[in-house]
Amino acid sequence: MTAAVSEPLVRFIDVRKSYDGKADAVRALNLEVANGEFLTLLGPSGSGKTTTLTMLAGFEQPTAGRIFVGSDDITHVPVERRGIGMVFQNYALFPNMTVGENIGFPLKVRRMAGAEIASKVKRALAMVRLEGLADRRPQQLSGGQQQRVAVARALVFEPRLVLLDEPLGALDRQLREQMQYELKHLHERLGVTMVYVTHDQVEAMTMSDRVAVFSAGQLRQVAAPRRLYEEPDSLFVAQFLGESNILPGIVRQRRGGQCSVALTGGQGVVATAVGTAEKVNLAIRPEKIALGSAAEGCINRYPAKVVEVSFLGDQLRVRLETLGRDDFIVKFANAPGQAALEPGDAVDIGWRAEDCRALGE
Amino acid sequence: MLSASRQGANRQGTNRHAAYWLIVLPALLMLLVLYFVPLGNVLLTSVTDPKPGVQNYGLLFTSTSVQRTLLTTIRIAAITTFFALVLGYVVAYAMRAASTRTQRFMLVGVLLPFWISVLVRSFAWIALLGTQGPLNSALVAWGLVDEPVALVRNETGVLIGMVHIMVPYAVLTLYANMRGIDVGLVAAARSLGASRFQAFRMVFLPLTVPGLIGAGTLVFILSLGFYVTPALLGGGKVLMIAEYVAVQINDTLRWGLGTMLAATLMIAVLGCLWALSRVIDVKRLFGA
Repeated sequence: MTAAVSEPLVRFIDVRKSYDGKADAVRALNLEVANGEFLTLLGPSGSGKTTTLTMLAGFEQPTAGRIFVGSDDITHVPVERRGIGMVFQNYALFPNMTVGENIGFPLKVRRMAGAEIASKVKRALAMVRLEGLADRRPQQLSGGQQQRVAVARALVFEPRLVLLDEPLGALDRQLREQMQYELKHLHERLGVTMVYVTHDQVEAMTMSDRVAVFSAGQLRQVAAPRRLYEEPDSLFVAQFLGESNILPGIVRQRRGGQCSVALTGGQGVVATAVGTAEKVNLAIRPEKIALGSAAEGCINRYPAKVVEVSFLGDQLRVRLETLGRDDFIVKFANAPGQAALEPGDAVDIGWRAEDCRALGE
Repeated sequence: MLSASRQGANRQGTNRHAAYWLIVLPALLMLLVLYFVPLGNVLLTSVTDPKPGVQNYGLLFTSTSVQRTLLTTIRIAAITTFFALVLGYVVAYAMRAASTRTQRFMLVGVLLPFWISVLVRSFAWIALLGTQGPLNSALVAWGLVDEPVALVRNETGVLIGMVHIMVPYAVLTLYANMRGIDVGLVAAARSLGASRFQAFRMVFLPLTVPGLIGAGTLVFILSLGFYVTPALLGGGKVLMIAEYVAVQINDTLRWGLGTMLAATLMIAVLGCLWALSRVIDVKRLFGA
């Protein structure tokens, strides 16, 4: 599935982009996209993910740095000569053309013969399961169908690289999930490299080979979804992806890959060391915390008091008072024979050093 | 019970409607007395003067001077429409591409001529384009021509003056249309491999066709009824229908002929609008 082989298809080298000459929309970006990879650029709005995609597409020029596709420096190559397929958030289908003409457009501007265009359009329509709709106008199609036309149009000229800018943003949840599956399937079947922009972390996690997390113009971390979730490099990633308990403290001692940290309240915690900062924030996922007797084997163990219990069906979310704070969250599965917890109950909590990361500011 | 309350609501509705009618009544009466009565009079005169019958309309097919005037009118209106559309398209396109601030300045620039009377503008053109005018002096001084070119008191002068008056109408109509076009479409076309020109020709231009039809019809209709500009800039050599009507009413006193031509002009304009309404949504085009 992950065809991360040989040299990367796309390389951003020290790319910086500033629109007004003062603030940087993207700064010091170094990023590689492997051939055949599905890479997602994830981040809140204004984080630089869309700017990065726009520079790769060619609509914006970097203020500094270079962008390579294969061995070609495309930093200053005009949009139309990059040969990159693109799917836009609002579909951007041409209302003056039929569905078939829309899909045939990239072939027509490449002066391909009419018969060849017709057969390729037909195949592209079949690929996105829209057979028989070639003569409709885009306005006559549903949102999901329009999205499929946009995908077919971006793939029909067989580009090596396809960019997708929040393509599912306008669809309702059920359709989104179906389209996620279909896009992923197309990616696997065609072996084309895809760069996908979204602010939806679930979408990023389910579809991607790797996810690049952006915030405030900076690339924070690039990793496979699981690794990103389990081993965040920064406080931002730990908080942006899923939920984390954050405990500020000072590193007292380092040993191997671990360190012992003194919390602001004086308690000691053994954590996985990340970086070399003195002042750290410990990040612990709520589902990595053991309760009651299960906590006994853990290196970090503390008494706690239940403040609030939320029943979410398949899991329980418990707010605890511990370590001098009352916003400590623990999540656990609604397993068979799960004992009830009531507010006011005293309970022991514990976690392993591996599940607690000491992140610098 | 239910029907009673509905009746109550209905009565209230009727009362409210009555109030609205009362408010618009003065304007309605004024329109009726000052517009529709004279209009009816014109239509009536065209079939009763000098004697009852449609012989005035027969002149459309028999009188060469009437036919010549009509042809001149249509030709000048058509040429004016063409140039106003071409120039207006360029201005509207530039406006759309400009920053919001620049757009505002350009809009003021387009609207500015509206505040100056057509009469003043026509005299200004006579001064600018005359044989002793700055344009001809410059052309002679640069050696581009040996002697002054006749730019005014002929059809060229009429066309220059009319295009100048009509360009803003074309710009505003086209600009309204272009603003409704998603810029992302042109960007999408480029990303799919279209050159700038291909993206314009295959995507942008087709999407502005409704605007071109609307602006073209508007300019053509307005051009048909021009009076002051051809009268002044044509130097009496270019006779369009409005001036021809004025001559019949004021000088030769052939009211039947004059009113017939006025009626013909009106019917032609309504015909144009009707034809336009078959092609596009007129109300939306003119922003109603």
